Amino acid sequence: MSAPLVYRYDIDGENFTSAGEASVKVKKSLRQLGLSQDIIRRVSIAMYEGEINMVIHANGGCATVSVYPEKIEIVLDDKGPGIPNIDLAMQEGFSTAPERIRSLGFGAGMGLPNMKANTDEMKIETTVGVGTKITMTVNVNR
Amino acid sequence: MTVAQLQKELDLKILSMPLPEKEVSSGYTGDLLSFVMGTAQEGDAWVTIMSNLNIVAVATLTDVACVILAAGVTPDAGVIEKALEKEVNILSSPLSAYELCAMIAGQLS
Ligand SMILES: Nc1ncnc2c1ncn2[C@@H]1O[C@H](COP(=O)(O)OP(=O)(O)OP(=O)(O)O)[C@@H](O)[C@H]1O
Ligand SMILES: [Mg+2]
Repeated sequence: MSAPLVYRYDIDGENFTSAGEASVKVKKSLRQLGLSQDIIRRVSIAMYEGEINMVIHANGGCATVSVYPEKIEIVLDDKGPGIPNIDLAMQEGFSTAPERIRSLGFGAGMGLPNMKANTDEMKIETTVGVGTKITMTVNVNR
Repeated sequence: MTVAQLQKELDLKILSMPLPEKEVSSGYTGDLLSFVMGTAQEGDAWVTIMSNLNIVAVATLTDVACVILAAGVTPDAGVIEKALEKEVNILSSPLSAYELCAMIAGQLS
């Protein structure tokens, strides 16, 4: 396996009105690499939801996107409050988003389900009070 | 039809239209961003009453043809600048989301 091309972003936890910047940048970079529309769309949607979750629920974090010939891996790492019940959090419609954030259009409880739907693999490692690490993979079939 | 044609037919106000020739293939309406993220399709005209900066990222990532702010909603500060930077078409109208969608459907049929 050749060395991946790696993009790394620090996600600011304060800035939830203009969050999504990193995902938009990744989308542009993947376009330049000539990946298919479908792959780019899936990666950038999954990353966007993870990025927004880190901003809204975890006070920011770090996103790393690694492009391998056969897959794209997205790792989202934060030192937020952790997710006490993953099964519950994965349910469509479940959200703990506060009112002021709901008024911006977040809080449908669809972010984690969108991440799962758009990726081939998704792993959540989380410890309450310590943080959350989400690893997602999108396979590239050339 | 193109975004420019739709803008003209529906008499939409132009807030930003860097890509007038973008093709509109269908319509979508919704305000919950991750719902839009999960269901809007490339080429949709996205009708919404959400006016904050996040609509630009969502429009970019879903590849919708344009955003149409319904019911006379005006964009928050910085939205138009960001839309021009990211090449996102944003239009607006005093009509309701329902009326706009009905008219979009009429245009596309
Ligand atoms: N990184 C995270 N750290 C802590 N909690 C999280 C994190 N990501 C998600 N959660 C929890 O899981 C819940 C569900 O997340 P999900 O993204 O599906 O919905 P949401 O963010 O609340 O709303 P939406 O994504 O539709 O705007 C959140 O409300 C939150 O309680
Ligand atoms: Mg979310």
